[in-house]
Amino acid sequence: MVSRLKEELRLDHAVIGEMINAGSKVLDVGCGDGDLLEYLVINKETLASGVEISEDAIYSCVEKGLSVSHGDIDSGLKEYPDETFDYVIFNQTMQQVHRPKEAINEALRIGKRVIIGFPNFCHIKARFQIFFGGHVPVTSSLPYSWHDTPNLHFLSIKDFRRFCREQKITIEKSVFLSSNRIVKFLPNNFALNAIFQISKK
Amino acid sequence: MSEKNKDQEIGLVETKYYNAPAGEKFVLESGASFFDLKIAYETYGELNDERSNAVLVCHALSGDAHAAGYHKDEKKPGWWHEMIGPGKAFDTDRFFVICSNVIGGCKGSSGPNSIDPSKGTPYGLSFPIVSIKDMVAAQKKLIDSFGIKKLLAVAGGSMGGMQALQWTVSYPENVVCCIPIATSYKHSAQQIAFDEVARQAIMADPAWNEGDYYGRAHPSAGLSVARMIGHVTYMSDKSMEKKFGRALKKKELGYGFTSEFEVEGYLRYRGDNFVKRFDANSYLYLTKAMDYFDMEKGKDFKHIFKGVVSRFLVIAFSSDWLYLPAKSKDIVKALKLNGIDVTYCEITSDYGHDAFLLKTPEETKLIKHFLSNAMKKIKK
Repeated sequence: MVSRLKEELRLDHAVIGEMINAGSKVLDVGCGDGDLLEYLVINKETLASGVEISEDAIYSCVEKGLSVSHGDIDSGLKEYPDETFDYVIFNQTMQQVHRPKEAINEALRIGKRVIIGFPNFCHIKARFQIFFGGHVPVTSSLPYSWHDTPNLHFLSIKDFRRFCREQKITIEKSVFLSSNRIVKFLPNNFALNAIFQISKK
Repeated sequence: MSEKNKDQEIGLVETKYYNAPAGEKFVLESGASFFDLKIAYETYGELNDERSNAVLVCHALSGDAHAAGYHKDEKKPGWWHEMIGPGKAFDTDRFFVICSNVIGGCKGSSGPNSIDPSKGTPYGLSFPIVSIKDMVAAQKKLIDSFGIKKLLAVAGGSMGGMQALQWTVSYPENVVCCIPIATSYKHSAQQIAFDEVARQAIMADPAWNEGDYYGRAHPSAGLSVARMIGHVTYMSDKSMEKKFGRALKKKELGYGFTSEFEVEGYLRYRGDNFVKRFDANSYLYLTKAMDYFDMEKGKDFKHIFKGVVSRFLVIAFSSDWLYLPAKSKDIVKALKLNGIDVTYCEITSDYGHDAFLLKTPEETKLIKHFLSNAMKKIKK
């Protein structure tokens, strides 16, 4: 495969790459053009698979030599036996899934660990826009307008932590990002995106 | 499609023949057998020194060994000419592409219109019923004769897809990749029903005479109707509406039973042409083989691909209602249950089942890269 490392490496790809052990078996749910999977194959020698709903994106993935399944996320996970994968990744896709609770539980069935990356709805910019602007927020991690968005669900870092507590899901690792760096201070206020590694242990 | 450089395509080709050693019995799944196995085949491209670049293409019901290029004095090329050639999906600059006529067929391989060596006349219905597994076993003999131990890929659409799937189960050590297109792992009640209607049309033709018509009038009327049924199942409602609508051949209705609508004329034309090149008995044998095809027979669904190690590229077409995308998704599901590396794509198309012959740019995008990566992985 031709090495296709981008000049500007996406920060979230690098963070996810750090979380994953070399040589792991990985499923990227909603893998798009396969950029993350390709990065993981080149840098972490992963055995990579993807699920993706866009036909054009499938062509891109096949061109990169990736094994991908054309289909929707909600039904695509059921086909795999238990613990097929070392990691199941939902990077910027969970907010577009119809039934996130079911999808996360299915992912935890088929993967020993699940990595979820999502935009933080309660970033300080978003809070200002609602409180002072009186309108639904549009930020760099939530760039869509209300009438033209693929996002079905909106959650904050706090919401996700609460969800994991209620569902008895273990949070193994968490990393919070702004546009170009890791955020350590008050992430629920200052992080645009969050990446969690979870398991059912 | 862009303008093609005539120099960049396969030109004149000749069908060749594999003949089994004299006196060798070819035993079938049913226990029946026949002698003098003969297989018509064509090849495109060159076999490399390691014999690692061979790709077997399997034809569908009405296909034959002539998949690409031109026969002498022929204006139309082989049935998958758009897909096989220099720089195409099955790139003959890199791969050695083989296509053979299935047994039970009528285009040069052993079948009902072959001569029974013990009698000197065509077999007719005394030719034993063949299965998809038998077709694949015969192809294995051909591949062995080239000294090829492992095929880089087996690919095919419809009945060809069934053969591709069967290859991975019959010879798991001998197939690196499998590309089943617009197919299913077993025939459904609806598919058997359509085939039965076609067979009844042939058998109801008085000229069929229990399959004993060689040297006399052939059951052309029956075979023509069988082909018409096939054509209707290969198109979608949308594609038929687009192609014909309610267009009439003449300005007004004739109030009779001649073919008045464009679509009627088309079906009659296709039926009439088909009987010139296809044997009615062969149609019975091949549809029977497809109806018998059931990879789940005697097994659990999850064991269909047990022990299979090939990598798969499964392709379906959105408007194909004869081989629904859901059937391909079932194949993908059975593969995933066995931890098999599979890529699946449903190509958007209005053409119906015919799409596997027509949506060649999209198929090319997938197959070209898939094969290229497969070849790279072997070389590592």
